[in-house]
Amino acid sequence: MTTMRDRLIFAAQLAFTLLVAAFLIVPAVLSMTAGVTVNYFRGIESGVTLQWVIEVWQLYSDTIFRSFLIAIATLGVTLIAGVPAAYALHLRNDRLSRTIEEIITLPLAIPGLAIALALLLTYGGFGDFRRSWLFILVGHVIFTLPFMVRSVLAVFGASDIKTLDEGAASLGALPWRRFRDVIVPNARPGILAGSLMVVTLSLGEFNLTWMLHTPLTKTLPVGLADSYASMRLEVASAYTLVFFVMIVPLLVAMQIFAERGGGPLGLRR
Amino acid sequence: MILQDSRNTSGHGVAVRIENCAKTFADGTQALGPVTLDVARGETLVLLGPSGCGKTTLLRIIAGLETPDAGGRVLFNKTDVTRVPIERRNVGMVFQSYALFPNMTVAENIGYGLKIRGVAEAERNARIAELVELTGIEGLERRRIDQLSGGQRQRVALARAVAVRPSVLLLDEPLTALDAALRERLRGELNRLLRALGITAVYVTHDQSEAMVLGDRIVVMRKGAIAQVGTPRDVYFAPASRFVAEFVGAANIVEAAYETGSLRLPGGTIPIAPPPAMHDGQANGRVVAMIRPESIKLVPAASCALCGLVESVNFIGDKQKASIAGAAEKSLTVDLPNTVAIKVGDRVGLAIEPGEIRLLPGDLA
Repeated sequence: MTTMRDRLIFAAQLAFTLLVAAFLIVPAVLSMTAGVTVNYFRGIESGVTLQWVIEVWQLYSDTIFRSFLIAIATLGVTLIAGVPAAYALHLRNDRLSRTIEEIITLPLAIPGLAIALALLLTYGGFGDFRRSWLFILVGHVIFTLPFMVRSVLAVFGASDIKTLDEGAASLGALPWRRFRDVIVPNARPGILAGSLMVVTLSLGEFNLTWMLHTPLTKTLPVGLADSYASMRLEVASAYTLVFFVMIVPLLVAMQIFAERGGGPLGLRR
Repeated sequence: MILQDSRNTSGHGVAVRIENCAKTFADGTQALGPVTLDVARGETLVLLGPSGCGKTTLLRIIAGLETPDAGGRVLFNKTDVTRVPIERRNVGMVFQSYALFPNMTVAENIGYGLKIRGVAEAERNARIAELVELTGIEGLERRRIDQLSGGQRQRVALARAVAVRPSVLLLDEPLTALDAALRERLRGELNRLLRALGITAVYVTHDQSEAMVLGDRIVVMRKGAIAQVGTPRDVYFAPASRFVAEFVGAANIVEAAYETGSLRLPGGTIPIAPPPAMHDGQANGRVVAMIRPESIKLVPAASCALCGLVESVNFIGDKQKASIAGAAEKSLTVDLPNTVAIKVGDRVGLAIEPGEIRLLPGDLA
């Protein structure tokens, strides 16, 4: 009797989950199929083609490479700046460090457009910088840094990193050596989680980038908006398809990497 | 500047002097009043006190993890190290949480300090093997830290701290995280190890039996100040204050009138060796005395000079603890052999050797 009821409950839960998943996934699938349909308005009977994908590649391949370049550079900067910053903030843990932590987190609450506007007002006059992809990089770093700092701080908080640091110091290790030998390896779960977020956020970032880009420094999401606005629906859809094909394997690879290298603190995800 | 050559195998450490060290934290809390203390070369000094008494702060000042307030100095063999950071003091430290590196194996943990000092791999491995044997953790060298039990971690932490042949070994409640039986066993092992190494050691604990077993001398601390310094026997038999008497071991504290050679209590009188001098506040003849539960003997009630009624008896196995009412203002706790047959309500006589009664300064709560 109980098993029967359990099965019914399970079936109902499964059905509900599948329904929700379908609600979220179907639009994405429809959009991607539109990208390989000869004529979207006549439906899939009109035939299947890679014509639109090729067209997207010819028109927008530079935006794809630029997006990856910016994402990797953003990751590099947030790693170099964010991990030592988290270490310093955690060790100090005083009023000043908490204030700095709040300031670093602030961009999460400020609309991307406002940050972009502030950057334009301040640095817009530096022509070469304004025109280069580095200008977008700055925006992305401001936007993603809190995610790196926060996830590393979370791991520091959970693993009593301060005592580990003192332990290494008592054995004669200077700060840099402690950072390399003890802090970074034990912060790895946080660093990996932070990296995953930084890369995905940077690849998908639109708000800031839309304000900061020039016709020569378009990124993938900006190009996508561009194609939605000015191209056939099939081209825009093909663009979505390209985006998915590029980002999904990347995300899966990073997830696997994060799980394998989850670190020794029992914080494996 | 590393204070002692790490390859000096004969090293028994340095003499440590703490001079006028106080510590006030940024939020204004004074964790430690000005304290002056000497630790002899090769001595094990135990800092004993309840939590918040400043013992860990004092240890951290010796380690170099805290800087004393202006005017305080820390000297290792007469060299001022007050401004020398911990990484250059050549101390060995065992933390309460052990602070073992989860990203390294047991062997890598033990060898880390040697690696930092640039000791060649062959020599390093030999030293690791030596310490693995000394601390009895053979076979665990390749294990990760999360694969070790609490007792094993404690040994690894100790091995890692002594691997570098430190000038002074600092232990911050290293047995607190373990269960009672293991704690007792490791206490014995730790004692043998400290004697074998003959190294200067400062050991922080709130457990008085740990302090008794391990300390050459004990520093009893209270509210950021030193309440008494002495050998375990001094501290136990001749406590300087009521606080020390009650914190170190069990104690009956009685207030009584002193009358030519004896103390007058509600249940009678007991002879007492004349005090060399009355403490302040005792001129009126009122004294505060300490009597350890094991120094009170039962005698037949018929001829008792000090008498009372048995209020409770607790059989503990190796002994029994009785509470006797009516003899003093408060009930007296008495340790009895487990063979003595008494029951609640019995009238008993109490005898105490005059030398076993210790007068205390009366003004300390």
